[in-house]
Amino acid sequence: MLRNLTNRLLLIGLVLMLAIWVDTNENVQIPNPFKDDGSPLFQVDVKPRLGLDLQGGLQVLLEADIANDVKVSREEMETARNIVENRTNALGVSENVIQLAGERRIVGEFPGAEDTDAILDIIQQTGLLEFVDTGTYAPPEGSTLQTDFVPGSSTPQTPADGATVFHTIMTGKVLQGVNVSVTQTGEPAIDFVLNSEGAAIFGEHTSANTGKYLAIVLDKQVISAPIIESAITGGQGSISGNFTPETANALAVQLRYGSLPIPLKVVETRIIGPTLGEDSLQKSIVAGLVGFVIVALFMILYYRLPGLSAVLSILAYAAILYAVFKLIGVTLTLPGIAGIMLSTGSALDANILIFERLKEELRSGRSLRQAFDQAWKRAWPSIRDSNVAALITAVILFWFGSSFGATIVKGFSFTLAIGVIISLFSSLYITQSFLALLFNIVKPTNYERSIGI
Amino acid sequence: MNILGKRYILFGFSLLIIIPGLIIMFTRGIPLSIDFKGGSLLEVKFDAAQPAPGEILEVYDSSGIKDAQVQTSDTGSFIIRSEFMQNETRDAVLTALTDKFGKLEIVRFDSVGPSIGEQVTSRGTLAVIVSSLLVVLFIAWSFRGVQNAFRYGICAILAMIHDVAIIFAITAYGSLLFGWEIDALFLTALLTVIGFSMQDTIVVFDRIRENMSIYRRLDFETLVNHSIVQTLQRSINTQLMTVEFLLLALILFGGATLQEFASILLIGLMSGTYSSIFIAAPILVLWENREWEKWFKPKALAG
Repeated sequence: MLRNLTNRLLLIGLVLMLAIWVDTNENVQIPNPFKDDGSPLFQVDVKPRLGLDLQGGLQVLLEADIANDVKVSREEMETARNIVENRTNALGVSENVIQLAGERRIVGEFPGAEDTDAILDIIQQTGLLEFVDTGTYAPPEGSTLQTDFVPGSSTPQTPADGATVFHTIMTGKVLQGVNVSVTQTGEPAIDFVLNSEGAAIFGEHTSANTGKYLAIVLDKQVISAPIIESAITGGQGSISGNFTPETANALAVQLRYGSLPIPLKVVETRIIGPTLGEDSLQKSIVAGLVGFVIVALFMILYYRLPGLSAVLSILAYAAILYAVFKLIGVTLTLPGIAGIMLSTGSALDANILIFERLKEELRSGRSLRQAFDQAWKRAWPSIRDSNVAALITAVILFWFGSSFGATIVKGFSFTLAIGVIISLFSSLYITQSFLALLFNIVKPTNYERSIGI
Repeated sequence: MNILGKRYILFGFSLLIIIPGLIIMFTRGIPLSIDFKGGSLLEVKFDAAQPAPGEILEVYDSSGIKDAQVQTSDTGSFIIRSEFMQNETRDAVLTALTDKFGKLEIVRFDSVGPSIGEQVTSRGTLAVIVSSLLVVLFIAWSFRGVQNAFRYGICAILAMIHDVAIIFAITAYGSLLFGWEIDALFLTALLTVIGFSMQDTIVVFDRIRENMSIYRRLDFETLVNHSIVQTLQRSINTQLMTVEFLLLALILFGGATLQEFASILLIGLMSGTYSSIFIAAPILVLWENREWEKWFKPKALAG
């Protein structure tokens, strides 16, 4: 039927194997053959991600709390987003997603979050800078430290869980001025001036602990951990780390303005209990499976061999779609499932269009080979046009959804767009190859039995 | 099969569903959910107590929250709608509820500020309008070889408007009978139907385009009718597939909110197929014949 059928089947087999490999693993990697330390050449985390509506959790929409006609710069929002992300990650809630939504909003999603108050509190507080004594331990930059300072309490606290807790010497309250400068080696650094209280504490600590590490920690995250080279008694100091001029500036801004560059207020909160989420997920899976079985039966009974190839091709479509979702990290939500349903519908529709053509051509007396060629050729314009229209709608809706924090619309349009593209590959390429293979094997002569005319 | 000959009966059938629905919508209004008008929704389940809705309202009243409404769900939880609550207010209410009725579980809690809802509505409408315009342009471009290419795009949009009107009408009936409201899931259903409606109409139009180059002598009406009949089997089969999918979802999904979602989707998708055959294509013929010139001359029509 098709001249290059073997090559086509090999390609489909390869794509399917890759897809199934991604589908069945949580973490895919290719070992590097030139290094024997086991470091991978390629590694992606492909854990399936479920939206809040399917596993429960907290969603917050934050808005810049300043007058509507005052413009907020992109950098300020980006800085605020980073800070919110760092703070909430420090709480130990995993897999948070913090994203900008339009010009003045930030969406935060916290799957499985139970203590929603703690999260809301920490988001709205101003940034906390600490100078922490880590003794002889040099904490790596970017790591998270547990400290004994608790906002609002004057006595140091020691948690009971046995984790190492470091002593906070002083906090950002004692900072009087912050400036970006350049060191003698040409690297950016941050100069700071302390008030008299801070100067006294700092002088005392540095003279007693020369040669030890002093970590500078913002929102529990280590910015740099220099060695105390000599006692600093003048109330002035300098932080150097792996700074670029931009990061040095951003940090200076955070230190100066109490971290958040713009005040944020909560304009929307959604909490979905874990039972509701689990219930919705289970029902979607059951509905999907039962629906698929009915569709498969109908397709095979009505279209026979072509129907069988369509069912196989829809299965391949599902495997590829799921793999693509996992690879690019799509969070699956109920509206997302609606998008998948619509794109599955359009994959089926493309198959049905082609098979109706096939029957039509056969009825008008063409040979099987001619009808097979004509079916795809003739059905193509309508499949192309209807899918392009669907893609246009999806793109516009995605733009609308992402500029507004309307995550429902965003999830729907994104899965729809990806689904439509993969459905084209499935109905045009995979179905065609499978059907050619089936025709080659069966060599149908009785069209009533094999094609359902 | 002469489908086009009955076009005015078909138009009348659609209007019979749409007009009463729209009258309800404009006179009585369809309640908007908090997604659009702002406010808060708290769904809780009590471990032991089964308080009367009035008792819950008392707790809200004493916490100083106005206009609260309580609804019970079939799973035994309580859905309480009220004005927008800050987190402090929510905590106060939850503590008061726990004090009075014992341990509870939050099934879900939504709180939306009033400004958000307004913007979502206006931007959502804008997004639908922009995508419709782009689709008209795309169809006109894709049908550029055919006479009056723009008509196809506009007829596709008219069919889409028909489906949107059907959805609003059905939701209006639903709001009257089952207390449905327009929420974010309604928006998702609406978008799905719009996408599906476009696809369906384009498939029918594509057949007209193809037949135009095959049967050059045939008059337009016969040609369109022939194209509809040719694509009918595909329309029915595709419809069976998607509708089956959704009917199942409808039966299996228990909750009231999802039932509303699935029902709207089901009717919307049926309408999408219906309108591509019985609305979009007939309007194309009506336009070609310039039939509105005869509408007010009944005698000429008889001849």
